[in-house]
Amino acid sequence: MSENNGRFGIHGGQYIPETLMNAVIELEEAYNHYKNDPEFQQELTELLNNYGNRPSGLYYAKKLTRELGGAKIYLKREDLNHTGAHKINNVLGQALLAKKMGKTRLIAETGAGQHGVATATAAALLDMECVVFMGEEDTKRQALNVYRMKLLGADVIPVTTGTATLKDAVSEAMREWTSRIDDTHYCLGSVMGPHPFPIIVRDFQAVISKEIKEQILKAEGRLPDAVIACVGGGSNAIGSFYNFIEDKDVRLIGCEAAGRGIDTFETAATINTGKLGIFHGMKSYFCQDDEGQIAPVYSISAGLDYPGVGPEHAYLHDIGRAEYVPVTDDEAVEAFEFLSRTEGIIPAIESSHAVAYAMKLAPTMDKDKIIVITISGRGDKDVAAIARYRGENIYE
Amino acid sequence: MSRINEAFKDKKAFIPFITCGDPDIETTRALVNEMVKNGADLVELGIPFSDPTAEGPTIQGANLRALSGGINKEKIFNMVKALREEDNITIPLVFMTYANVVFSYDADKFFKTCQEIGIDGVILPDLPYEEKGEFKEISEKYGVDLISLIAPTSANRIAMIAKEAKGFIYIVSSLGVTGTRTSITTDVASIVKVVKENTDVPCAIGFGISTPEQAKTMSLCADGVIVGSAIVKIIAQHGKASVDPVGEFVHNMKTAIN
Repeated sequence: MSENNGRFGIHGGQYIPETLMNAVIELEEAYNHYKNDPEFQQELTELLNNYGNRPSGLYYAKKLTRELGGAKIYLKREDLNHTGAHKINNVLGQALLAKKMGKTRLIAETGAGQHGVATATAAALLDMECVVFMGEEDTKRQALNVYRMKLLGADVIPVTTGTATLKDAVSEAMREWTSRIDDTHYCLGSVMGPHPFPIIVRDFQAVISKEIKEQILKAEGRLPDAVIACVGGGSNAIGSFYNFIEDKDVRLIGCEAAGRGIDTFETAATINTGKLGIFHGMKSYFCQDDEGQIAPVYSISAGLDYPGVGPEHAYLHDIGRAEYVPVTDDEAVEAFEFLSRTEGIIPAIESSHAVAYAMKLAPTMDKDKIIVITISGRGDKDVAAIARYRGENIYE
Repeated sequence: MSRINEAFKDKKAFIPFITCGDPDIETTRALVNEMVKNGADLVELGIPFSDPTAEGPTIQGANLRALSGGINKEKIFNMVKALREEDNITIPLVFMTYANVVFSYDADKFFKTCQEIGIDGVILPDLPYEEKGEFKEISEKYGVDLISLIAPTSANRIAMIAKEAKGFIYIVSSLGVTGTRTSITTDVASIVKVVKENTDVPCAIGFGISTPEQAKTMSLCADGVIVGSAIVKIIAQHGKASVDPVGEFVHNMKTAIN
């Protein structure tokens, strides 16, 4: 294994069945080859730019800044990517890699459905078969995305085991991969799972912070004071943080889904409430009970409703380089509505967790300070659920 | 020579698996006694985990039933103690569980407890060769064998795994998760051949074996066979009344392989 044996401090590793070991070794070798292949990189860049609509804008949110009365706020508009979220960055990279490896079939897990939609999209584009595992609970919360995936030609398998949410979708995708490896690539959607996934997904998402850096230097002539992103598994956050890790003056803030509060059992704030464990192929922090059983987590956001967090985030937390703060359902919904009204931008309920924390932080900072919030996805998929949250009984 | 080695001496070993606490811990204890009476040479005891990613629907179901029945490690440890001290069970017993169950309990404390209560080995399907370092020294300190698994996809890894194997080697017969299969297509004999070139540690084949015919075929190319889902299915069907039918099943399987 390369890059510190797939470890980030004590986190990471490859805690998977022997059946999958040669598959992840093969994946690592292929990735190490293609990441240095100019032809592959050029092909990927063209896809990201011409198909994915990159670079995404860094928008100065003037009205939001004025309303909050503190630091200057910029929004990194990953919601404007094709398929409406940052997930496409990783998926185009992995699908292209899988294709080069001779795979003809992509399988994926999905929570909110954004990663599933992105995978189904890439599969359609690259003529690959696609099967998406989605917790049954989430297929109800995100019915529109289920239909969208089917429209794109994917099979969507509702997962009924456990809590029937993202965690169970990951377990089921892993089980499927052990039964069919030869022609199948598991297109993991976040910076989690066994090595090399946390590195591959991070590298494909790092384009976010690469662009932020260029764009903010152009706009302001200096780096931001804080970068804020929501964290479930942590892919848009690591993408937003990665190129700033060496810039010690830039605060990196990950917003975890606190659900009904970190003092309740209905939470998904892993770093704030979990402890060290081994699950889904990695050592990291997990919400679990005293017996080591993985806890049934909760968040209004299907995309953050996961009991673990990527190993690199666990490491950035350990060394104090990034901060991880809890944001409740209520706060996220308020931010969802606030950004919609002030800027005419409807953020995904996941991204709304980052907006919510910025709403607390910005007023405490001087007007010459700069905050960048990553709007990881668009909120169209959430409108019906938010209406129901507010007591309006509309259905998609 | 460890007690595990004795189980394979001069015979083909029959290794049944059951999930502790399914349907309750008293039945688990009675099942172990009955299986031993009917010829089990080594028993695999599953410690339930909330998210058993290597299991098919049958054993997933057993895990959930056991957990919702309030099973925990303390009850399981006490049962094993009773099997050794009160029921005089002398065959080797191994735990099958997931890395987090051991890790969260504190690995040192876990393997020390295994030694104290009379557990001979531990199987962790999510702990491949590369991650064994996590528990290797600790398990050795307490004389508990950390069992290695070899899969149909192991290919160039078989020799490396076999050379360091302890207790017995668990050969996974098929791709995918645990569960009964109508046929086993992996060339198991070729895997066993490479294993034998690299170690004297006995090997047993598991995953998908449910009938006496399958057990016989598999036993011809290895030192033992492991059967889990087929037994767990009987338990799911009969609950507390599963002791007799499981005993009969074990008897038939044991007869078929010897």
